[in-house]
Amino acid sequence: MKQSAHKLALAIWLALMLLAVAVIAQTRFVADLSAFMPKAPSARQQMLIDQLRDGAIARIVLLGIEGGNPEQRARLSRQLLQALQHNPRFSAVQNGDKATQERDQRYFFDNRYLLSPAVKPQRFTASGLHDAIQDTLDAMSGDAGLMIKKILPRDPTGETLQIVEQFLGESQPASRDDLWVSRDGQRALLMVQLAESGLNTDAQAVALEDIRQAFERLPGRQVENRLVMSGTSVLSVASRNIIQGEVERLATLGIVLVVCLLLLVYRSVSLLLLGLLPVVSGALVGIASVSLAFGHVHGLTLGFGTTLIGEAVDYSIYLFIQRGGGSSPQYFWRTIRLGVLTSITGFAALMCSSFPGLSQLGLYSISGLLTAVLVTRYILPGLIPARARLRDLTLAGRCLQQLLDGLTRLRWLLIAALFGAIGVLVFHQKDIWNRQLNALSPISHQQSELDGQLRADVGGNDMRYVVSFVARDQETALRMAEQTGLVLQQLQNQGVIGGYHAPSQLLPSQASQLARRAALPDAAQAAAVLQAALQGMPVDAAQLSGFLTDIEASRHRALLTRQSLQGSAASVLLDSMLVPRNGSYLVLMPLRASHQGAQGEEINLDKVRLALSAARLPQVNAIDLLEETTNIFDSYTHEALLFSSLGSLAILLLLWLCCGLTQALRVVIPLAGAVLSVVAIFDLYGIQLTILHLVGLLLVVAIGSNYALFFAGEQQLGDAEAQHKVEISLLVANLATVSSFGLLGTSSVPVLSYIGSTVAIGAFLALIYSAMMARARSHAQH
Amino acid sequence: MRAIIKSKTLAGFMLLLASALAGAADLSVPELMQMLGQKKSGTASFVEKKYIAMLKQPLESSGELAFTAPDRLEKHTLKPKPESMILQGNTLQLERSDGRKLNVTLSDRPELAAFVESIRATLSGDRSALEHFYTLALNGSADQWQMELIPSQPRMLKVISRIRIAGQRAQVRTIEFQQADGDRSEMTITPTSAK
Repeated sequence: MKQSAHKLALAIWLALMLLAVAVIAQTRFVADLSAFMPKAPSARQQMLIDQLRDGAIARIVLLGIEGGNPEQRARLSRQLLQALQHNPRFSAVQNGDKATQERDQRYFFDNRYLLSPAVKPQRFTASGLHDAIQDTLDAMSGDAGLMIKKILPRDPTGETLQIVEQFLGESQPASRDDLWVSRDGQRALLMVQLAESGLNTDAQAVALEDIRQAFERLPGRQVENRLVMSGTSVLSVASRNIIQGEVERLATLGIVLVVCLLLLVYRSVSLLLLGLLPVVSGALVGIASVSLAFGHVHGLTLGFGTTLIGEAVDYSIYLFIQRGGGSSPQYFWRTIRLGVLTSITGFAALMCSSFPGLSQLGLYSISGLLTAVLVTRYILPGLIPARARLRDLTLAGRCLQQLLDGLTRLRWLLIAALFGAIGVLVFHQKDIWNRQLNALSPISHQQSELDGQLRADVGGNDMRYVVSFVARDQETALRMAEQTGLVLQQLQNQGVIGGYHAPSQLLPSQASQLARRAALPDAAQAAAVLQAALQGMPVDAAQLSGFLTDIEASRHRALLTRQSLQGSAASVLLDSMLVPRNGSYLVLMPLRASHQGAQGEEINLDKVRLALSAARLPQVNAIDLLEETTNIFDSYTHEALLFSSLGSLAILLLLWLCCGLTQALRVVIPLAGAVLSVVAIFDLYGIQLTILHLVGLLLVVAIGSNYALFFAGEQQLGDAEAQHKVEISLLVANLATVSSFGLLGTSSVPVLSYIGSTVAIGAFLALIYSAMMARARSHAQH
Repeated sequence: MRAIIKSKTLAGFMLLLASALAGAADLSVPELMQMLGQKKSGTASFVEKKYIAMLKQPLESSGELAFTAPDRLEKHTLKPKPESMILQGNTLQLERSDGRKLNVTLSDRPELAAFVESIRATLSGDRSALEHFYTLALNGSADQWQMELIPSQPRMLKVISRIRIAGQRAQVRTIEFQQADGDRSEMTITPTSAK
């Protein structure tokens, strides 16, 4: 009867494992950081963050060539441009060279009568023309005269100036001999835009490798010449590589560590293999259920596999060492059940998180732990070989008990530690939280410093202030951009903002282009009007024949489309402002702060919003991205605090229900002590807490409750031998947990190391504190 | 005794002659730079005429200049359209009639740096800055000198073929830019105060 039940359990288990393996075989694993970036609360914020992460701006890679002399760098810059230019993985490659500059100049000059906002019918009357030409002459007499005089013969009304005007004040990369260089001149600069198709991290990695190889192959490259790269894609590929490497390293080391520990205790390969059975089963089911629920599994979730090893292996440790509870298996399984329930309660709180990574972790842990405990309960007992002998732990048990007795006598220390921790926190409370989003990024300090340098060199704005809206098609988007532009122009004139960009500056709406084209006079009329306009001016109409030819040509010019910008630097800019999404267009218009005023680099967005709503453009949002991301992060910290507190409260309630208030308190006080002490320790070392530390604390409660429960319940076991076994099993379990999480704590990926260090320290303290508090006074004294 | 007096007179005469000759003699670049470098600050009005082949008459602009040693130069054009150019250290700030400002870092724009340095380095007597961009040739005396600057960078030479600066002692009077395409501009400077 019992035999057949076990056979049934085995069959179910086997079927489940096969199923899990089948699911895992189909699973897509991802390793970028996105899962540990919060989902934004509103669709609007989400859209913006997506743009910054995957949008056109994120597709830009900045390259720097360092080392050697300026001539070498200039030559390499030209060569690299040539090598990459025709690679379909890149939609644009620029180094500020003359060819691109000229392409842009030609676009703006040739299409000036379609692009210039000043082109209106009034401008081509005799008086309008007179005024426009006089303005150009005035500008020629000024400081920029040298340059302006070149456009006079063909563009006497200065339409080119009207266009350039819109980009005035833009900071640009420094340039030497028509090539971009860094501010200090020590680096040649290039900018590459990854092609639209290559948005996933793998494709990005391939494209970046292309750049690296192209550079390696450049003829005449000297050893001292180095290539540095940065940009969102570089950072995400780097973090993916770090995460992948870490996950592999941690998983291997974690297994080795636990195997060694178990071998040391069990001294039996078969027991070891049996002990790993719940772990492996749990991991398989965990991955499979995450895959089924989320459609993919994040690499970091796998990284936490080591933590599961730490917890799941505990159950078999308890089982083997305590031998199924010896004389009182009911007590044993009851304690285990309660321990699992508290853990699951803790992890369930994780599942509610808005961090996709954390909810994955929650599901993974719950399904993994459940499987592990069920395997321990229903599969293992039937498989333990009857003659498998554990090492004699009697001596070790007796030593441990003396040690624990010592600890129990030191109960006052727990109280002292509690007050000490509270004291530390009360005095340091201010900056206990780290509010920076990149606190979770695994990118090294050097890499982010390089990123900052290259960005500053290129001089692009950091996209802090953006005006944004969504339109159903490109034409609507451009028309709205033109309307918004009028409002922003006013704000610029008032000095509220320093400047703005609009996609319509580069590609006006078809409607505007048609209107401008219609404003141009025909050949005969143009000649007559020009003649009249030039009365009393120092220019002869004969000098301006190019103007008349161009006007006539522009009247028949095809309207500009997105393709017209092909190959120009302006096209990269347009891509970042006019973003096609499925079924709609997203417009992002970056604002520049005005340099005047006490506000410095800040913009008073309320004024911008007011002006936009006054102009009846309510669907246009003005956004401070810095503030938004900080807000998002803050709201997630609050959320994490809330769910951790709720999780802890739920655990307390559960304990209360199952063991009564006194017992529950005996379990809870050491746990609270451990949590507070960990926070105080971090605070003392100046480590600011992130959401992941909070998660770690939750795990401390979940795991630590097992220790406390066993200690609290052990006096129900009459015989000292059984108690020794409980204590030894707790110590071994704790060692497994501390070492596997401690390993995680050494990771260079902050997400992993934060949780790892929190749990390792916390679990250790939880054991000590539980021994002091939850454990009844020494049995030896009975 | 007489012979001695005679010889003294002769010596005195020779000395006089020598110093007179020296005054009229060619001024050396270091001497000019030293003279210019002693000036601490000054303001002046200017009239600038641009002779452009395409135009029947020159374009004229006028305004005020202010220089504060060692490296601040302000040019405020009042006519025909107000605009300002303030050069301080490595930064050139352009302010237009509508109040919009544009900052340029000189080291980012070597050609522009060469252009503005022809005036600023001359005013401050900074020989090394001048020679960094130009080959210098000096004519005349301290009271009436004329300095010719030929750009040493080929790229600059494509735009400006020669700059002529003339002055009287520490006072710059005219600056003439000869452009490579044959056009030229001439700036006449009248001091209004100096220290």
